[in-house]
Amino acid sequence: MADILLLAAHPDLAHSHISQQLLQAAGAASHGPGHLQTRDLYALYPDYAIDVAAEQRALEQARLVIWLHPLHWYGMPALLKLWIDEVFAFGWAYGPGGQALQGKDLWLLSSTGSAAEAYGPAGHNGHALDEFLLPQAQTARLCGMRWLPPLVLHGAHRVGDAEVQQHVRGFIERLRSYPSWCPRGPEPALPEVPLDARPALFSSMEGL
Amino acid sequence: MEVHGNPLQLPLVFLAAAVLAVPLARALRLGAILGYLVAGVIIGPGVLGLVNKPGTILELAEFGVVLMMFLVGLELEPRRLWAMRRAVFGWGSLQLLGSAALLMGLALAFGQPWRLALVVSLGLAMSSTAVALAVLAERNLGSTTSGQSVLSVALLQDIAAIPVLSLVPIIALSGDAASHGGGDWQVAALKAVGAMLVIVLGGRLALRPLLRWIARSRTPEIFTAAALLLVLGTASLMHAVGLSAALGAFLAGVLLAESEYRRELETDLEPFKGLLLGLFFMAVGMGLDLTVVLQRPLLVLGLLAALLLTKAALLTLMARWMGIPGPERSVFVLLLAQGGEFGFVVFQLAQQAGLIDAAQNSALVAAVALSLACTPALLLASDRLLSSQLKRQAAPQDALLQSPQQAPIIIAGFGRYGQIVGRMLYANGFEATVLDHDAESVALLRRFGWRVYFGDATRLDLLRTAGAEQARVLVIAVDDVAQSLEIAALAREHWPQLQVVARARNLQHYFRLRDLGVTLIERETLDSALMSARSVLELLGLQPHAARKLAWRFRQHTLEQLDVLFPLYKDEAALTAATRRGRQQLESLFAQEREQAAARKRQRPGWSQPPG
Repeated sequence: MADILLLAAHPDLAHSHISQQLLQAAGAASHGPGHLQTRDLYALYPDYAIDVAAEQRALEQARLVIWLHPLHWYGMPALLKLWIDEVFAFGWAYGPGGQALQGKDLWLLSSTGSAAEAYGPAGHNGHALDEFLLPQAQTARLCGMRWLPPLVLHGAHRVGDAEVQQHVRGFIERLRSYPSWCPRGPEPALPEVPLDARPALFSSMEGL
Repeated sequence: MEVHGNPLQLPLVFLAAAVLAVPLARALRLGAILGYLVAGVIIGPGVLGLVNKPGTILELAEFGVVLMMFLVGLELEPRRLWAMRRAVFGWGSLQLLGSAALLMGLALAFGQPWRLALVVSLGLAMSSTAVALAVLAERNLGSTTSGQSVLSVALLQDIAAIPVLSLVPIIALSGDAASHGGGDWQVAALKAVGAMLVIVLGGRLALRPLLRWIARSRTPEIFTAAALLLVLGTASLMHAVGLSAALGAFLAGVLLAESEYRRELETDLEPFKGLLLGLFFMAVGMGLDLTVVLQRPLLVLGLLAALLLTKAALLTLMARWMGIPGPERSVFVLLLAQGGEFGFVVFQLAQQAGLIDAAQNSALVAAVALSLACTPALLLASDRLLSSQLKRQAAPQDALLQSPQQAPIIIAGFGRYGQIVGRMLYANGFEATVLDHDAESVALLRRFGWRVYFGDATRLDLLRTAGAEQARVLVIAVDDVAQSLEIAALAREHWPQLQVVARARNLQHYFRLRDLGVTLIERETLDSALMSARSVLELLGLQPHAARKLAWRFRQHTLEQLDVLFPLYKDEAALTAATRRGRQQLESLFAQEREQAAARKRQRPGWSQPPG
């Protein structure tokens, strides 16, 4: 079964030259059927009606989970956020009994519109990129996943073909050599989630 | 057999006759009025003789007409009447007076006395509002030009019924006016004016406070009783001063048309009206002397032909002048050419006043009843004629698909479903070749600049000319299930490259499309129904987003169910069992979630934020 799960979230894939090439290259590079599974979320759920059970099944089988998405307003596209809200359920992804994702690697593959210099105290975005990615990193931590250093291509609107090709090659290289480049350390621990810090996703159904 | 003794026997006979005859008439597409008439004939003295004194019944049953007039008045908001005044008083009067004049001329030509000719032709000029409105509603023509025209003319007839009904006794009296003294006449006129004043002033000043006081008692049956009392009271007041009871009821109705009790009065009195009118029609039927009809069939048929032909001729002319579109004209003509319930009332009154005898009444009633009976058949025939005409004319010449088309999309059927698909495609810059077999709507759409062609998409050659060879997508949106399947089969057989996107009218249609290898099928009602369900859930207090999610999960489950059911659809028992299982599954799914939500709430009341 697939041990790399690539989740792509691009609201307008047809007009993206980076995400599209990354996806194509990943598809071509996957070692036979089953090694890598790609799920294009905006193609699967154009109506934002996520099949939570199917997503959880796909996650359970993966060792490495990749999120591929452009940086939108300093974060992920809306569907991927919804996907996390619904799929990373209490008691499954975190909290008591929530160990489904424990020990898996989570790797973010992204691109930004601004140049690298824009991310920092001196740039117009005012903060380092890592600061913007804190929610993702902490999400991984809460679920006991290892947050890998993200692979980000800056200035996506301006980069030339050569640079894109290089970026794609770097990605494929990492994909092939996984997990040799991953920082190995102790198995990430599952943080204790206090009982009174849990969500109620279907609170609005109580009126039924 | 005569009914004696048991006081329940008479109502028993009437109710049984109505309950048996009306649904039967409906099933035969003949309308309730005819059902009542035939029931009356059968239980009357002529056939079974279950009721031997139709006259007394008739007196009671006339109250149905009085109630009807009250309700007609209630419907006549002065404002609405004012807005329609031209059509009602102009065209309506032309129809009524014109038809009556023509018929009267005919009667005079046959040597009938003028009094009889006048009254009878006025009765025959009336059409059946009840039947006309039912047909319009059935054909969804209410808002069309023809529908509005029928309504206007019918409205005038309803209003004109009052003076006509008041006229009948006066005409009868005028015959032997010489024997009456002049003083009597003046006293009668005074009395009449007084009664009218009482009704109008009483209605304006006292009626509404009185109704409010009664309504405050919060006893529904007392309000109904008050409504009946009101109609009965006005009617008897008018009767007492020698005026038409129907006129009184009508006036009382108009006076209450703008009051806040209008709807309630309507709902309360409607069933009484229906039943009493039914009784009235049965009484008319009982009064019908079958021997007259059987002895002089030519007289009845002659009356029928005179009635229909005269009125139809005038109405055809009117339809042209009124600018009613061609295909709608036949409905306008046929609905108003038939006789109607007021005719029966007029003849009844005329017989009581001694203007016509029982035999003449029977012949007239039979002719009007026959005109009612043949209307559905005539409508059907005109539909047939019209559609074959349209086929022959086949819309404008340029709407015929002759040169090959190359659009990547073909849409078969451009009604309510195909239009939405087509508009969305056009709006986004996609070209489509549209086929539709309704010449009228093809012509209309072409006027709006659509590239729509007239044609039957079940024809192989036409599909080929439409470009099925090169097209990528065929949208099948025709209403007719058989045609839809035929088109799908043709496409699958001849052009495998053509992706078929089909609309299914129901589950069977869906399954059979699947049988043909069509996979992109939408059930036309599913999504709109789900949107309605979402609205309901929101109204019940669910968050809109939660309602949306539930709807989507339901949709997904439904589609999965279809996959399960598809192999079983020819086996009804298996299908039913599987459907039941699916429903249980969905129920348990939802129940489980409700349980979880409740459990969460128990553990952590007041939580509403996601983690973070």
